[in-house]
Amino acid sequence: MEKVKLTGIPREMIALRISKEIKDGDYVNLGIGIPTLISNWIEGRDIMLQGEIGLLKSGPLVTDEEMIDQDCINASCQPIIEIPGTIYFDILESFTMIRGGRMNLVVMGALQVNDKGDYAGWANPSRGLDVGNIGGSMDLVAGADRLFLAMEHVAVDGNPKVVKKLTFPPTTTGKVNMIFTDLAVMEVTPKGLLLKEVAPGLTAKDVQSVTEPKLIVSPDLKEIEF
Amino acid sequence: MDKVYQKIEEAIADVNDGAVIAIGGFFACGVPRLLLQALIDKKTKNLTLTCGCGPMVGATEELRALVKNGQLKKLIDSYGLARSASKGRQDPFEQAVKAGTIELEVVPMGTLAERYRAAAAGVAAVYLPTGAGSIVEKSVVSSIVANRTPKETRVFNGKTYILEYALKPDFAFVHAHTADKEGNLRYSKTARNFNPVMASAAKATIVEAENIVEPGEIDPDCIHTPGIYVKRVVQVPRIKVRVGID
Repeated sequence: MEKVKLTGIPREMIALRISKEIKDGDYVNLGIGIPTLISNWIEGRDIMLQGEIGLLKSGPLVTDEEMIDQDCINASCQPIIEIPGTIYFDILESFTMIRGGRMNLVVMGALQVNDKGDYAGWANPSRGLDVGNIGGSMDLVAGADRLFLAMEHVAVDGNPKVVKKLTFPPTTTGKVNMIFTDLAVMEVTPKGLLLKEVAPGLTAKDVQSVTEPKLIVSPDLKEIEF
Repeated sequence: MDKVYQKIEEAIADVNDGAVIAIGGFFACGVPRLLLQALIDKKTKNLTLTCGCGPMVGATEELRALVKNGQLKKLIDSYGLARSASKGRQDPFEQAVKAGTIELEVVPMGTLAERYRAAAAGVAAVYLPTGAGSIVEKSVVSSIVANRTPKETRVFNGKTYILEYALKPDFAFVHAHTADKEGNLRYSKTARNFNPVMASAAKATIVEAENIVEPGEIDPDCIHTPGIYVKRVVQVPRIKVRVGID
């Protein structure tokens, strides 16, 4: 596969696109990285953000240094604002919700994903270690109703991240429902990856050129809409 | 029953070489940093620290000192490495793990919570779905190959569950917002995290509290950790911590 450099949408816009997919009334957990940016796009909506640190109905991220409360952070260690209805609890309660199937949606970052809905996100062997940071990822994917990935389509080194076969250790197998990247929106179907949307200015062929598995192009293919 | 110690070094006097210590906190939030500093000052060696989610990623200076002084044998955590791979490469802890001089065992966060809970409640082991389809299902995830003990699994209703054993530390170091003299505790907001389950799991729990009050001064309906789990309490100043992780 040739290493082409395509220009897609910025990380904030990936987060915005995903925010449109979240339904009012959903209980949602956002992983570290691009997923946490979603919290900036859902202010005022009836969406309950859960943080595995022990937090429900989290408010937006703190932008003003003066407002930081060091006892009030999300699971990505970012200071957050308490809003009416924000509650705190301990880690056991938190994972009772997570593993017990109460999360309508979990959005995670990923290093690699394949067309069967397997993904790798906890260890990058290029770090020179065969251990990494699992955090809450494996519990979250075990209990989620729906699992979305938010990621760059291509790695910094130019290698594809949407691959035929994972070369990094998997976080889970067969659980991913949707993949949102800077270049495309794809759905994991029993037949493979369905390409539903492409970034403005790109074609299905462009996206295929940086994607290992053969994409099924939706008859309704459109530009990513915000 | 007055559990208050005036000096932090007296509160950890019986923490000896080879101790297994649970460290509360979640990244920078709710970490018992003054107890960690006391442990550094005590020069206790051959330590195993069992964590929940990155308290030593939050307590960067303390981790560096423990590594530099050769006090650390093993770290158990769900998130033990720096988030950034490039910063991690510069980190003495990560270098020691790579060199094999310190062991890093990685356990999913919720699995750690249940393993502490099992130890707290006298349960030998629990079957969890977390990690099915990953390496977690096959063996203990350790940086030391010889310690990758195979795991047992069992299928219930068509779904694979992994047998995970109780984790009972010798000590728990806990950070509380308020303690009464009998060891009843309250935590602040997200600084609660792993502190309560570790307090109930350990053989001996040592608490650093920002405030110490008389019994009855904390609303009895609002105690997070009952004093029965707590052995010693020491008052510490509220220190400013840097929020955020590298």
